[in-house]
Amino acid sequence: MDRRTALNKTALLLGGTILGAEALLSGCAPQSSKSKGILFKAEDEALLNEIADTILPDTPDSPGAKQAGVGAFMQLIVEDCYEPADQKVLIAGLEKIRSISQQQYKQDFVVLNAVQRQGLLTGLDEEAKKHEKSKTDEAPSHYFTILKQLSVFAYFSSEVGTTKALRYNPIPGRFDGCVDYKEGEKAWV
Amino acid sequence: MSDFDAIVIGSGISGGWAAKELCEKGLKTLVLERGRNIEHIADYPTAFTEPWEFKHRNYLPRKVREENPLISKAAGYNEDTAHFFIQDKDHPYVQEKPFEWIRGYQVGGKSLIWGRACQRWSEYEFSAPARFGYGIDWPIRYKDVAPWYSHVEKFIGVCGHKDSIEAMPDGEFLPPIELNCVEKVLQQKFLAHYKNRYLVQGRWAQLTEPNDIHIEQGRGRCQCRNLCMRGCPYGGYFSSVTSTLPWAKRTGNLTVRPHSVVHSIIYDENKGQASGVRVIDANTKEVIEYKARVIFVNASALNSNLILLNSTSKRFPNGLGNDNGLLGKFIGFHIYRGSMGADMPGYEDKYIYGRNPVECILANFRNLKEQDTDFFGGYTTFMGAYRARRNEAEGIGAGFKKALSEPDGWRVYMYMQGETMPNENNHVRLSTNEKDQWGIPLLVTSVGYDDNAEKMVKDFLIQGREMLEVAGCTNIETYDNKQAPGLDIHEMGGVRMGRDPQTSLLNEWNQLHHCKNVFVTDGACMTSMGNQSPSILYMALTARAANRAVAELKKGKF
Ligand SMILES: Cc1cc2nc3c(=O)[nH]c(=O)nc-3n(C[C@H](O)[C@H](O)[C@H](O)COP(=O)(O)OP(=O)(O)OC[C@H]3O[C@@H](n4cnc5c(N)ncnc54)[C@H](O)[C@@H]3O)c2cc1C
Ligand code: SF4
Repeated sequence: MDRRTALNKTALLLGGTILGAEALLSGCAPQSSKSKGILFKAEDEALLNEIADTILPDTPDSPGAKQAGVGAFMQLIVEDCYEPADQKVLIAGLEKIRSISQQQYKQDFVVLNAVQRQGLLTGLDEEAKKHEKSKTDEAPSHYFTILKQLSVFAYFSSEVGTTKALRYNPIPGRFDGCVDYKEGEKAWV
Repeated sequence: MSDFDAIVIGSGISGGWAAKELCEKGLKTLVLERGRNIEHIADYPTAFTEPWEFKHRNYLPRKVREENPLISKAAGYNEDTAHFFIQDKDHPYVQEKPFEWIRGYQVGGKSLIWGRACQRWSEYEFSAPARFGYGIDWPIRYKDVAPWYSHVEKFIGVCGHKDSIEAMPDGEFLPPIELNCVEKVLQQKFLAHYKNRYLVQGRWAQLTEPNDIHIEQGRGRCQCRNLCMRGCPYGGYFSSVTSTLPWAKRTGNLTVRPHSVVHSIIYDENKGQASGVRVIDANTKEVIEYKARVIFVNASALNSNLILLNSTSKRFPNGLGNDNGLLGKFIGFHIYRGSMGADMPGYEDKYIYGRNPVECILANFRNLKEQDTDFFGGYTTFMGAYRARRNEAEGIGAGFKKALSEPDGWRVYMYMQGETMPNENNHVRLSTNEKDQWGIPLLVTSVGYDDNAEKMVKDFLIQGREMLEVAGCTNIETYDNKQAPGLDIHEMGGVRMGRDPQTSLLNEWNQLHHCKNVFVTDGACMTSMGNQSPSILYMALTARAANRAVAELKKGKF
């Protein structure tokens, strides 16, 4: 984490943005292998939308991930940017979520109600947390860790995420180094 | 009769300055640039693109990284800026040792994508090689360059605070961007503990408050967007494209020829001086020759070496001016390997507004008056404090979303910019068997770290950690990323200045000792590397040399 943040800042000041740099450093490993990306199935976009929307739901102050249309963008990022190893973990993860949903509720994840979805994914979130704690550095991440990071990136970099969930001013006009901050106020992009 | 009075090779940071000075003094000047033309504003396609409008929202596609393993590592290279960097496949070179050569080939060169740090060298840096016995002595001192620094600063616009630090002299500054609350705390804590470690605002080519001279250039106030590397439609930062080149054009004396790859400088054996330049049209591959009385070599450090090495004649079989065989040797760079990050507890009721395009600097405190460590040279530390958007939180759902919408606690980071030692083994040369698509030999880079560098990285990591502890930071993590030279983007040397033609290539006016109408005023001229960001020194030396060239020309010397 720290390494990422230290590097982030450098990238930021040299013209990047924190959001982009974080994603870059977390998702895009420097070594890359030349292989064809794995393609999604037609139903995956809806599933990704629902998963992301459960992680980042509609709230009174800002629309959720589904309204931000993250599903299509998540697919694009996985196909174009992810390393094949991470692609595999993620795609297998989607099937896993489908089968857990069938086992637990005898229904597709996309038709579960909010409470059921929240319950299912909270379980996976805890499983993923344990996995990340105990795994070696080289071992692959849990698929839900990747899904969660990807949802966060897709949402907070979207127009909705940028302008509604965060504060965004494309032309700030000046820099104030020391302003008051009240708890709960949103972060600036 | 010459076609032109002067030819400038390269239109980047230093070439733009040569063009401005020469044109202003009435010389008909031809700027030869290998890349495409760039017009201010019209050729900044991403300047106003919203973050969500980029196809991958600045997450680099695998294909780009696979096809450009080198250039995609460059600081700031991304979906929004890639058009100002080369593509790997177009411009091969031979890495005898790993060296990541970052290039931007277009009118404006790397001035479009540079970081804009503009500290002056100090007298300590100019005199260090002589005082401590490394390399050769510089033929100039701080006082020789100081007026030219002022000349450059006033024109390009440099913001900063006058801090009276000997290791980082003050200049002609526009008002600084203020430190944030935590940076102010760090500043006080360092000073209280060490007495002589100065954390101050850096000096940056950013127009915080434009003066008349900047408005005359058509440039406006910096809006604190921190999207500079896309090209700034406000002209808020200095680039050749916004500043020196249009200024030169207004004189009516400037001709810029893009798509012109300079192959070599032509030497006139009878006159005993250079008579012009051989160019290969980048598209048609046609060979064209241009004549001029004065030639400025500003192709960026390593490309200037390449051109000179490739400029052979009966008189100079080993490259122009290269009687002593030292052309291409003593290549230096800056050590960027060490960095660190930490948490700064507290101050959570404070935040910032706007996107800060600058960074603080902890001025070099090593080996100034005396050698006080087991290594030579010093390091500048860039550092700062910031609050990013929170990146991690427990669980999923509404609470998670809210947590991630808010700023995280304060973080502090540091990274080094350290001096390397002049070393004859660190060199570039021409490949004897491989050529580029224009028939020009490929450059071979043979540049690496030495033991002095290793000691310096170690010292930085120890000192940095201690300073962060002193400041009250927690969870300090230090890194040596071991990156290859080149990625530091401050490659220098190979055509060094000196008093003695036996040990140097250029005199105190950046003229080749043995071919006086050729001036090399980019990073190739560096005798030692210092620890400051170098480009403003190249600008100052270029302006100084250009004025000398005009004076000599008027005296009929060439
Ligand atoms: C991301 C980044 C951040 C940086 N940050 C800083 C900073 O904060 N402070 C600092 O001081 N420096 C910084 N630098 C370094 C700075 O960009 C260079 O020192 C500076 O641009 C050098 O100026 P130059 O005129 O020598 O070369 P350039 O600006 O690179 O210009 C050289 C020009 O010559 C052209 N050329 C090359 N070969 C030929 C040929 N054979 N024929 C014709 N034309 C040719 C090139 O296309 C180019 O346009 C940074 C660099 C990068 C990449
Ligand atoms: S920070 Fe200033 S220079 Fe950079 S893009 Fe914004 S206005 Fe331009």
